[in-house]
Amino acid sequence: MASRPRTLYEKIWDAHTVETRDDGTALIYIDRHLVHEVTSPQAFEALKVAGRPVRRPELTLAVPDHNLPTTPRLDSTGKPVPIADPESAAQLAALEVNAPAFGIRYIPATAKEQGIVHVVGPEQGFSLPGTTIVCGDSHTACHGGLGALAFGIGTSEVEHVLATQTLLLQQSKPMEVRVEGDLGPGVSAKDLILHIIGRIGAAGGSGYVIEYRGRVFEQMTIEERLTVCNMSIEAGARAGLIAPDDVTFAYLKGRPMAPQGDEWDAAVAYWRTLHTDDGAVFAKSVTINAADVEPSVTWGTSPEDVVPIGGCVPHPEEFADESKRVAAQKSLDYMGLVPGTPMTEVRIENVFIGSCTNSRIEDLRAAAAVLKGRRKADNVRWAIVVPGSGLVKAQAEEEGLDKIFTEAGFEWREPGCSACLGMNPDKVPPGERCASTSNRNFVGRQGPGARTHLVSPAMAAAAAVTGRLADVRALG
Amino acid sequence: MQPLTRVEGRAIPLGLKNVDTDIIIPAKWLKTISREGLGAGAFEVLRAEPGNVFDDPAYKGAPILIAGDNYGCGSSREHAAWAMLDLGIRVVIAPSFSDIHSGNAVKNGILPVVLPQEAVDRLLEVAREGLEITVDLEQQTVTTPYQDRFTFKIDPFRRHCLLNGLDEVGLTMARGEAIGAFEASRTAVQPWLMRGTAI
Repeated sequence: MASRPRTLYEKIWDAHTVETRDDGTALIYIDRHLVHEVTSPQAFEALKVAGRPVRRPELTLAVPDHNLPTTPRLDSTGKPVPIADPESAAQLAALEVNAPAFGIRYIPATAKEQGIVHVVGPEQGFSLPGTTIVCGDSHTACHGGLGALAFGIGTSEVEHVLATQTLLLQQSKPMEVRVEGDLGPGVSAKDLILHIIGRIGAAGGSGYVIEYRGRVFEQMTIEERLTVCNMSIEAGARAGLIAPDDVTFAYLKGRPMAPQGDEWDAAVAYWRTLHTDDGAVFAKSVTINAADVEPSVTWGTSPEDVVPIGGCVPHPEEFADESKRVAAQKSLDYMGLVPGTPMTEVRIENVFIGSCTNSRIEDLRAAAAVLKGRRKADNVRWAIVVPGSGLVKAQAEEEGLDKIFTEAGFEWREPGCSACLGMNPDKVPPGERCASTSNRNFVGRQGPGARTHLVSPAMAAAAAVTGRLADVRALG
Repeated sequence: MQPLTRVEGRAIPLGLKNVDTDIIIPAKWLKTISREGLGAGAFEVLRAEPGNVFDDPAYKGAPILIAGDNYGCGSSREHAAWAMLDLGIRVVIAPSFSDIHSGNAVKNGILPVVLPQEAVDRLLEVAREGLEITVDLEQQTVTTPYQDRFTFKIDPFRRHCLLNGLDEVGLTMARGEAIGAFEASRTAVQPWLMRGTAI
């Protein structure tokens, strides 16, 4: 039977539809559920109150990340260091109790497999192509880099998935972001996704699931694809997808929770069918010329506030719509920036390399390549590197990257969300600037009054060395 | 959740675009293991500004919030919906909403109303006069004392859940048999999909 050509998103959606209600709402099966300490306590509590069990505990994986301090977790005698903040400690303790109580696998803070949920899922082979993956965290979009339909959910939905292994959803529209040509030297996956968000806007993907298409993505490593898909939510999209291919399969083969033996072969055969058919129709399509992408940096308090590093702080009156002019002026006031200032003249006091966007081994290698034999500028008071997981940390140490970082004046930390979100002790002081490899430059995101400039790992390293936002290509 | 059919009252004229959930409730308030009491931290940064709309006596306790494009973007934190509810907000009117936040809002009995920018601008004017606005979910209308009348669209399932205060988990658990059948066919054809952490 000949079927209508479908997009990758539609194929995954169809394969997970348990049933569709008369009003069009679909009951969608969820294959993988990641749980962390912040958005789950109220969900577990609701299950307890209603006496509801977890339907499929083996399809959920729990790991603490948001609240954890990134300082050493064991003291000199090998005992766990207590969490100083009582609220953080209580929230972490709740997950430690809830997960096993409901039969869910829990990775403790002191395990080498611990890390940021979105680093751990792919690394363990828990996240797989063609699966539906959810987590009470908007950056779940990240796992789309493996060709999974992955999206963030609220706590009520966390409860819904735990109890039923499904979600009631309205189908999003498929959107294509096509990139033509190749990226120039010194231009990274992070620069590309920042450029895309700058182009389509923070609401440009609202109501859509984006599929990233073009040779650029085919040539990317999985780490780079995860970076791109991670920030789909910053363009307002529910999820981002890149079709799985041999690069994906090579990345997953042999990972602890990936299929094995005959099941591996069957899985790969299935995964090879997961691509957008010729003739499939996207509801919206945007084409980007890769040659136009330069190392990118944000100037304001929305991820859409992107300029090339060679650009200047914009004048609010440059914006066509009134509400954006108002927002831009508010952003500039908060950021303490004067319109017309070249971005390379913006001095920074803090550098953060980490987060679910950029804390994988390749990110650390890219930053270390810039920092090797160099030192952070004197005006950079605080520079930290936070590996995405214990396994990333161990790999980096085996390669000697930790030495490069510490010799450059960086602190080498334990895995976690760290300074991405101002929830744990790693914060940027009020009024200070940070060159950050994270994903959000929102007001107060890295701490009250903190001023965030989003950049790639190599650009963060360049900023550390020069003490200003800098073009990594000019460092040589 | 509390059913919502019709909300009548003054509206907070925020108007700002790209109001992210970090603005609605900053991360430091997310360390709670309860859903209660988050109103104290709601819009904390905006409320630190003198003369802000939230603490203006004219809008204190208003059940409607009017915002700009892309309301609730960013983090998936449902704490944002809990914080708004704790402030007494039952309706948010904006030209567009983030997908995740609008879902979270509905699950907590908050109605997201999408209207064109011109309609939102008009409602902002009316709200700034301190006049009451009426939002009727059954009729799908927003009306003002000046006889303005705007109709809005809403997904029928969301409307149904809001009007009746339905618990989605309970609804879906009643479909347990269909879910079981789906799982059984999955296990037969693609057993590796069902292994998860139990490999």
